[in-house]
Amino acid sequence: MKLVINGQEETVELQEATVAELLRYKKVEMPEMVSVEYNGRFLRQAEHETVRVKDGDRIEFLYFMGGGMAG
Amino acid sequence: MLKIRQSIRDAMIRLAIAESPMEACGYLAGIDGEARLLIPMTNVDQSPEHFSFAPEEQFNALKQARNAGLRLIAVFHSHPSTPARMSAEDIRLAHDPDMIYIIVSLMDAEPVIRGFRMEQKQPVEVMLEITEDG
Repeated sequence: MKLVINGQEETVELQEATVAELLRYKKVEMPEMVSVEYNGRFLRQAEHETVRVKDGDRIEFLYFMGGGMAG
Repeated sequence: MLKIRQSIRDAMIRLAIAESPMEACGYLAGIDGEARLLIPMTNVDQSPEHFSFAPEEQFNALKQARNAGLRLIAVFHSHPSTPARMSAEDIRLAHDPDMIYIIVSLMDAEPVIRGFRMEQKQPVEVMLEITEDG
């Protein structure tokens, strides 16, 4: 299916998949530290396992950003 | 190496000073290895020792960069009273393999800015070249 992932149209070799499966397919490291926007809607982490992507969907993902001078 | 326009460097320092003693943070967006746009971000931790971004604001920054024909290439935060090195917490939370992590230290009278990239979970310094505004 064709998806728009982080603004780029891509053909992925998946018939159907959850968002979590798509992140694994994209070899995203530390997917539990990734935030996802699905067709403009911010997903809660638990929804990564339940929301299914389909042809034409727009997926954005970003890594959690944090840190600090401690340590 | 990452090129940073002079105005962006100055803006990072101004933001770090303005937010001090809290940690300031934001993204740098750019193209062709040069940072051209600073996107200030809210430090949702509101802490002098920690920072984190709100995911919804991150997506807004991503779109702001894309609409300008740029992409997010670096994330910066300030260390108000410690050196410009990646702390243990910075390393632990640096998950994005494609991002350059910039730290602005206000520890000394003259601010110090250094950049790092994560390789095999260890920070490797990235040289920063300050360029004139085009």
